[in-house]
Amino acid sequence: MASVELTNVRKVYAGAVEAVKGVDIAIKDGALCVLVGPSGCGKSTLLRMIAGLESITDGTVKIDNKVVNDLGPAERDIAMVFQNYALYPHMKVYDNMAYGLRNRGMPKDQIDKRVREAAATLELTHLLERRPRELSGGQRQRVAMGRAIVRNPKVFLFDEPLSNLDAKLRGQMRVEIKNLQRQLGVTSVYVTHDQLEAMTLADILVVMNAGAVEQIGAPLDIYEKPASTFVASFIGAPPMNLIPITADESGLILKDGTRIGAQGITVSDKDAIIGFRPEDLEVATGTESHIGGLLLDLKVLGVEPVGAESYVYGIIGGERVVVRVAGRSVSQPDDHLRVIIPKEKLHLFGGNGKRI
Amino acid sequence: MASSTHVTFPNKFLPYLLLAPQLAITIVFFYWPASQAIRQSVLREDPFGLSTQFVGLGNFKRILSDPNYLNSLQVTVVFSIATAVIAMGFALLFAVMADKVVRGKGIYRTLMIWPYAVAPAIAGMLWLFLFNPSMGTFAYMIRSAGYNWDPLLNSNQAMLLVVAAAAWKQISYNFLFFVAGLQSIPKSLIEAAAIDGAGETKRFWTIIFPLLAPTTFFLLVVNTVYAFFDTFGIIHAVTGGGPGKATETLVYKVYNDGFVNLILGDSAAQSVILMVIVIGLTAIQFRYVERKVHYG
Repeated sequence: MASVELTNVRKVYAGAVEAVKGVDIAIKDGALCVLVGPSGCGKSTLLRMIAGLESITDGTVKIDNKVVNDLGPAERDIAMVFQNYALYPHMKVYDNMAYGLRNRGMPKDQIDKRVREAAATLELTHLLERRPRELSGGQRQRVAMGRAIVRNPKVFLFDEPLSNLDAKLRGQMRVEIKNLQRQLGVTSVYVTHDQLEAMTLADILVVMNAGAVEQIGAPLDIYEKPASTFVASFIGAPPMNLIPITADESGLILKDGTRIGAQGITVSDKDAIIGFRPEDLEVATGTESHIGGLLLDLKVLGVEPVGAESYVYGIIGGERVVVRVAGRSVSQPDDHLRVIIPKEKLHLFGGNGKRI
Repeated sequence: MASSTHVTFPNKFLPYLLLAPQLAITIVFFYWPASQAIRQSVLREDPFGLSTQFVGLGNFKRILSDPNYLNSLQVTVVFSIATAVIAMGFALLFAVMADKVVRGKGIYRTLMIWPYAVAPAIAGMLWLFLFNPSMGTFAYMIRSAGYNWDPLLNSNQAMLLVVAAAAWKQISYNFLFFVAGLQSIPKSLIEAAAIDGAGETKRFWTIIFPLLAPTTFFLLVVNTVYAFFDTFGIIHAVTGGGPGKATETLVYKVYNDGFVNLILGDSAAQSVILMVIVIGLTAIQFRYVERKVHYG
């Protein structure tokens, strides 16, 4: 168990491609940190740098308050779960789990005890004599987890471990990983591109984009106060609606020229972007007493009922938006709705995409 | 709907017509000589070719009790094992090295493959010129190093020379397969092993080498077949089976007895035995190698 600290970590590949640009992250002992971002954002590279599989161009990586930049992967006392599980195909499950312990010269009886304990925790005991190719995807995933926990390392690293599983199993394993991590209390770094996985697993969430950190924080804090339009559109499903506007002395104007009825909201930037979550829109009934907010005209394009809720797709000021409505929506295509974004639910971003 | 995948020719004779060239080649160059060999192997001809006599398995009995034949068998076994082990060992070493190269990977690979394109007889001549005791460059160097090098007289040295020439030519082929085999091992497996605390040597012997087993086994069969049959040109060019009969392999003896000494019955019986060996090796290959090995 240990803390993990990254200070100004950079990765520059030959040809001067900067894959990771000065990242600072501090992970407390026992916390689960999730790195999330679109493919190519540098999250996997960062993880591999922590693992020691990728050299560090600049900056320091500390595990347990010790700089590990120049240590090999074996000396960092970490365990990694790979996306394709990377199980040794020619070894039985037992040997897969025992391999790392044998390499470290642990006595046989102790290896046996550890492997059986880990197998029992993960309900793998009846599979110990099988080979990886005789296992299902979920079972392989468990073996990969088993291989990690049997070593009792300081840090767990997960590289998109659930992306090869089907949706149902993924949900199940997500809960299991979370529980296991809590139970063992091992500091973990988890890489994923799935924002749902990121939101549900993380103690501390790191949103990355183009090699840089966009925002670090608790998942719900990030959801409620995204630092940029990138984070706003990446976290949450469906994503936050973003509508560019311009502001002058007399108020706010949509891109198609429509003036917005704004109460109690002022924007100092000339160009700005307003954002709101799909669930934060209210249909104006004409009777509500305004505490403040934006009054907008929404043209309905279509409705998708998904059971407990419906998604209404529409256009505001030339921009496509989606609205989440509880139960069933009675709206029809081409309907015009008067909708309100309450002041406290409104997100404002400057022309550069940063939160105001 | 099995019938929908079945292509039917409207003309009944067209398929046979299309197959005819291939069938003709197979019959003329394979079945006919093979059947001739089998027929010949149970006959004995007088020295002038005027009369032939049916002797049953007499030819087989004679060659199997002939010390020259048994010597040739032993030579072949030594030659084949040495060639296969050397060719595969070096190929694996080179493949592992080439796999580690970051820059100019393609250049190394291309250069490694070239010897395969050299015809056996030419490869043999090349080695002969390099190591010929009277004019070879390397022979001169070896002798000036104080070593008595003369493959024309020393049978061990002659064997060494043909093994080297045969293995050299086969390294390229093995190299290609080992490179492909190495590439098919997921990189994450090696990384996982590194995290699991296995050093480079340990990783090779516990992860990479076992995963290359299907490739290695396939190459073992191919190399054995190569050493048995495809090295005639090299032996013919380098030593001509000599000195004495030190490098006379089974295939070379078939040629020698049949076309030089004109003992057709014996030669035919030997080639029938070789045929049985090939059939055996092919069966092994189909049985174990063609069965796809699945990992994952």
